[in-house]
Amino acid sequence: MKVVVDMNKCQDHGQCVFAAPDVFSFDEAGRLAYVSDPDDALRDDVEEAADVCPLQAIRIED
Amino acid sequence: MGAPIVVAGASMAGLRAAEQLRAAGWDGPITLVGDEPHMPYNRPPLSKEVLAGKAPFESLAFRPRASVSDVEWRLGAKVVAADLARRIVELHGGEVLPYAGLVVATGMRPGRLRCPGPVDGRHTVRTLADAQGLREALTRPGARVVVVGAGFIGCEVAATAVALGAAEVTVVDPLPLPMMGPLGELLARALLKRHKERGVRFALGTGVAGFEGDDRVTGVVLGDGRVLPADVVVESVGSVANTEWLEGNGLDLADGVLTDEHLRVGGRPAVVAVGDVARFPNARYDGVPRRVEHWSIPTDTAKHAAKVLAAHLAGADIAPAPFAPLPTFWSDQHDFRLQSFGAPVLGKDDVRVLDGDLDGDVLAGYHQGGRLVGVVALGGQAAAAAAARYRAELLKQPALTA
Ligand SMILES: Cc1cc2nc3c(=O)[nH]c(=O)nc-3n(C[C@H](O)[C@H](O)[C@H](O)COP(=O)(O)OP(=O)(O)OC[C@H]3O[C@@H](n4cnc5c(N)ncnc54)[C@H](O)[C@@H]3O)c2cc1C
Ligand code: SF4
Repeated sequence: MKVVVDMNKCQDHGQCVFAAPDVFSFDEAGRLAYVSDPDDALRDDVEEAADVCPLQAIRIED
Repeated sequence: MGAPIVVAGASMAGLRAAEQLRAAGWDGPITLVGDEPHMPYNRPPLSKEVLAGKAPFESLAFRPRASVSDVEWRLGAKVVAADLARRIVELHGGEVLPYAGLVVATGMRPGRLRCPGPVDGRHTVRTLADAQGLREALTRPGARVVVVGAGFIGCEVAATAVALGAAEVTVVDPLPLPMMGPLGELLARALLKRHKERGVRFALGTGVAGFEGDDRVTGVVLGDGRVLPADVVVESVGSVANTEWLEGNGLDLADGVLTDEHLRVGGRPAVVAVGDVARFPNARYDGVPRRVEHWSIPTDTAKHAAKVLAAHLAGADIAPAPFAPLPTFWSDQHDFRLQSFGAPVLGKDDVRVLDGDLDGDVLAGYHQGGRLVGVVALGGQAAAAAAARYRAELLKQPALTA
């Protein structure tokens, strides 16, 4: 699974971090960091993260 | 092929319901009926980035999951009636759709002021078309703007209007402070100060008595007799549930559609309600049914309702825990953000500063019976991150009363 976050859209809401903490996190500067090729076992979490992102910045590409 | 699940209302809650029905195993037909001509789109930017011109209108469209590529979209079609006993809905024009299951997702529309005066020049913000019209009006040079209603949407629009260079922006509200209903006095006072420092004027403690002007609005007459000159008026005075089509079925439609603890409507397991229109009890709190107009609710309600409905239609006997979402809400105004977790409105009488101070980044805790029921951060990214640390604590809490 491939995950892409449009960093021009992302406004660091952090909702994705609650939904899929294994994939999304904040670095020390408070900016979003993420795993771009997470294991398929995490698909449910990542779909949930894409759903709850207020800016709809997360795209899942298979 | 059997009858479809009909989803009435094709916006965020309708789309999420369709996606979650697929996730819950319903592989029968799904028909979404929506009276707007557009595919589902995201509303929050309509008062923020998109109104400000920082993001294009095209960026609002949701990307439906692949699992719903086979659903039928009936856009520009309005549901005008339903007969729940016979399991049918009727569309404008007379077409009748039988259903196996029905999802009520018709949301809200803006309430309007009913006072004398011209209608032209008065705006609301709910749809794409609304925001397009408002953006055009706000970007005319020298616009004098009056926003009626100092709630979240009104204050967001006021902030955006200032950023767009409007000559004057005044917010009118009968309450003494902005956003006081949902947030209580402490933060409302801090918000008033921040808005004033950034150029927004306020006329508080007074309502609107009427509008001046012949063909279009030139002024707003306040309850205390003052007249505010205005080229653009924005009415953000609350919303009205789109439930007229459900009348005649013996439902409680007093404020949205009343549901049980599993979002089922009128004791009928084949009918569920999702999104802004659902008035549901939240088992996390006092169990009193409330509507919650937060962006997180369409997704949360869709998940629970879809599971319950799909199981019922499959003849499965499931007994999930009652619906108990943790509400979350945000609002962007000027250069600051409000981020809320939980139900601050239940703890407005006992608000404490948990972190920071009211002039900078601040985190407020809302308590009921001494227990934390909600947190609201005001400020920058650091404040929101601080609020997030309390989220786990709020999630752990059992229901306040059994
Ligand atoms: C300007 C604005 C800014 C917002 N900002 C925030 C924010 O910052 N943070 C936050 O948490 N929340 C925010 N919200 C709230 C959030 O957007 C809503 O909670 C969410 O859109 C609700 O989705 P819904 O699908 O339940 O309802 P709606 O989006 O209202 O969808 C209902 C749909 O059903 C259609 N419909 C109605 N009646 C019929 C009928 N009879 N037949 C067919 N179709 C019908 C409607 O046209 C509409 O398309 C904002 C809302 C607005 C309007
Ligand atoms: S939820 Fe969306 S906006 Fe927030 S940090 Fe994640 S990607 Fe960015």
